[in-house]
Amino acid sequence: MKNLKILLVDDEEEFVTTLAERLELRGLQARSALNGEDALHMIEAETPQIVILDVMMPGLGGFEVLRRIKAQHPQISVILLTGRGSEKEGVKGMELGAFDYLMKPLNIEELIKKMQEAIKSQP
Amino acid sequence: MNSKNIWTRLTKGLLQNADDDPVNRYRILRRNIFILMILIAIIPLTIMAVIYQYEYQSSIKTEIVIPLQTLTHKTKHSFELFFEERLSVVRFIATSYSFEELSDQKTLNRIFKALLDEYCCLVDLGLINKKGIQLSYVGPYDFLGKDYSEQKWFQEVVIKGNYISNVFMGYREFPHVAIAVARRTADASPLILRITIDTSKFDNIIASMGLNPESDAFLINRSGIIQTSSRFFGEILDSCPLSFPRGNYEPIVTEARDPQGREILTVFAPFSTSDYALVLVKPKSDVLHTWRVLRSKMLVIFISSVVVIMLVVFKLTDNLVKRVKEADEKRALTYREFQHTHKLSSIGRLAAGVAHEINNPMAIINEKAGLMKDLVAYDDQFRKKEKFLGLIDSILKSVERCRAITHRLLGFARRMEVQLVELDLNELIQETLGFLEKEALYRNIELTLRLADNLPRLSSDRGQMQQVFLNIINNALAAVEDEGEIVITSWEEDSDTVGVSIQDNGSGMSEEIIKSIFDPFFSTKQENGTGLGLAITYGIVKRMGGDIKVKSKQGEGTIFTVYLPKKAKISPGE
Repeated sequence: MKNLKILLVDDEEEFVTTLAERLELRGLQARSALNGEDALHMIEAETPQIVILDVMMPGLGGFEVLRRIKAQHPQISVILLTGRGSEKEGVKGMELGAFDYLMKPLNIEELIKKMQEAIKSQP
Repeated sequence: MNSKNIWTRLTKGLLQNADDDPVNRYRILRRNIFILMILIAIIPLTIMAVIYQYEYQSSIKTEIVIPLQTLTHKTKHSFELFFEERLSVVRFIATSYSFEELSDQKTLNRIFKALLDEYCCLVDLGLINKKGIQLSYVGPYDFLGKDYSEQKWFQEVVIKGNYISNVFMGYREFPHVAIAVARRTADASPLILRITIDTSKFDNIIASMGLNPESDAFLINRSGIIQTSSRFFGEILDSCPLSFPRGNYEPIVTEARDPQGREILTVFAPFSTSDYALVLVKPKSDVLHTWRVLRSKMLVIFISSVVVIMLVVFKLTDNLVKRVKEADEKRALTYREFQHTHKLSSIGRLAAGVAHEINNPMAIINEKAGLMKDLVAYDDQFRKKEKFLGLIDSILKSVERCRAITHRLLGFARRMEVQLVELDLNELIQETLGFLEKEALYRNIELTLRLADNLPRLSSDRGQMQQVFLNIINNALAAVEDEGEIVITSWEEDSDTVGVSIQDNGSGMSEEIIKSIFDPFFSTKQENGTGLGLAITYGIVKRMGGDIKVKSKQGEGTIFTVYLPKKAKISPGE
C-alpha cells in the first residue's frame, strides 16, 4: 500500500489537490490531473496502479479516458467518481472495465477500502 | 316584424359556432346537426312529393276527361241519329205519297200502322196544308181541322223544309217532341207532314251511358231549358241552373260548382242538326276518387317517412354528439395527465441539474473539511483539538445530509432504471409491511390483509413496487388515528391486470387536496413530508403501464386503488 501510485483526475482543482493531500497524509503517493489529456500523458510517464477518474469532465470525458487506459494499460484499476448519483453511469463504467464507482461527495475511508480491494484483485 | 325576428334568431342560432358557448356547447351542436340533417333529408322528399302530386294530378285529369268526352260525343251522336232517322221516315212518306193519298184518313191510318211496327215511340201522324189547317190525323187526340198557321214552328217548317221541336208537354202531360217536314207539291204549294214522338227513347239512350248514381246526363235546349229529366238539376222544362259556353259542336269540358256547392265536371255537347245539347255532369270527387285515395296514401307515406327520418336523425345526432363529448372529455383527461407528467419531468430535470451542480462544491467542502480533520487529528500539539474535531464532524455530517438530499432528488429525476423480475405481489406487500409493522404495533393499528389466493405473478421491478406500496401504506398510517384500521386487498382485475387497494379509516381528504396529491412537492404533513412520495408513486405506476385511483371522504377514510399490468409495459423515461 505504501508504494502505491495513484492518479486523481478531476476538473475541480480544489477537489483533486485536497484529496491528493489527504491521501498523502495517509502515506500514499497521489498525483493529480485536471483533464483527460494530462491524465493520459501522466499515465504514460508514471504508470500508476490506480486511477481515480471523474466521469464528468470538459474536453476528453471520463468514459473516453477510461476506454483509452483500458486499451493500453488493462492492468491499471480505475475507480470512477460520479456526481449524478446515478447507478446507470456506474454500471456503464464497469462494463467499460472500471473496477468500481463511488458517488460524490466522497467518504475517504470508503475510497481507501475500494483501493485496497482493487490492489488485491490485481495480478 | 315578428316573423323577421324569429328568422334572425333561427339563422343566428344555426350559424352560431358551438365552440363560442362552452356551457351549451353540446346542446347547440346537437341542435345544429339535427336541423341540418332534417333539412337535408326532408327538403328533397318534400319537393319530390309536391312535383309528383302535380304531375300525377294533371295526367289523371286528362285520363279521366277524355273518356267522358268520348262518351258524351257518342251519346250525342246516338241522339242525332235518332232524330235523323225520324226525319228521313217522315220525309220519305211525304215524298212517296201524293197530297190526296195523305189527306185520306184511311191511307194515313195504314201508313201510321206500318210505321208503328217499324219505329218506336210514335204518338201521332198528321197532314197540314199550306194554310196551316190539319187535314188528316192519326193519333190519340182530336186534332182534325186544327189551325197551326199562327204557330212559329209552322212558319219555320215552311221556310226550312224540316223542323224538330223542343220537348213539350202534351195534353196528357207526357213529354213530346214534334217532327215536321214540308214538301212542295206539283202546284208548288207545300204540304206538311208532322209526327209526334214521346221521349221514352231519350231516357233509354241516356240510360245506355251507364252512369253511376252520382253522375247525371240530360238534354237541354239553347235557352237552357231541361229537355229530359235530370237527377240533380230539375225536371223537364225547368230552367237549368248551370250555364254553358256557346261554341262549336265539339264536346266542351268545364269545371264548375253545382247549386249544392259540389265541385263538378260538365261536358257540354250541342247538336249540329237541332236545338238540343247533351250535358254530362260528374262530381269531381267521383272523378278524382282514385287520385284522392292515392294522395292520402302518399300523405301517409310522406308523414311516416318524415317521422322515421326524424327519429333516426335524432338518435344518430344524439349518438354522434355523445361520441364527440366522450372524445372531448377523454382528450381533456389525457391533456391533464400529459400536463402532470410534463410537470413531473421538468421538475425532475431541474432537480437533477441543481443536485449535480451542488454535488461538486459539496465534494470540495467535504474534502477540505476532511483535510482539516486529518491535519487536526495528526497534530498532537493542537490545542482545542476536541473542539475542532467536533466542529469538523458537524460540517461533515451536514455535507452527508446534503448528499442524502441531492441523491434523493437525483433519484426522483431519473425516476427509475427498471429491472423486470417475476414477483409475487402478495409476498411483496407482506415484505413491505415488514418495514412498517413496528409502527402499526406501537400505535395499536389493526392491519388486515385480504390477499387473493392464486394471484398471478407479475413481471415488474421489485424495488419500485416496494416503493409504491411503502409510500401508500405510509400515507395510510399517517392518516389514521391510533387504534385505526388499514385493510389491504388484492385481486385479479382481468386477464391482464391485478388490483390492490389500501383502505384506511383515517381523516380522509377534501376534493381540493385529492386533485393535488400526485403533484410533486405537495404535502399535507408540513415539516415531515417532502411532497415527493405520491408523485414518485404515481410516476412509477404510470410508467409501468398501470393506473392509480383515489377515493376519499372527509372523516371516513381513503381508498387508494392501484392497477398493475401483469407484464409491466415500460414507457420510455424522459
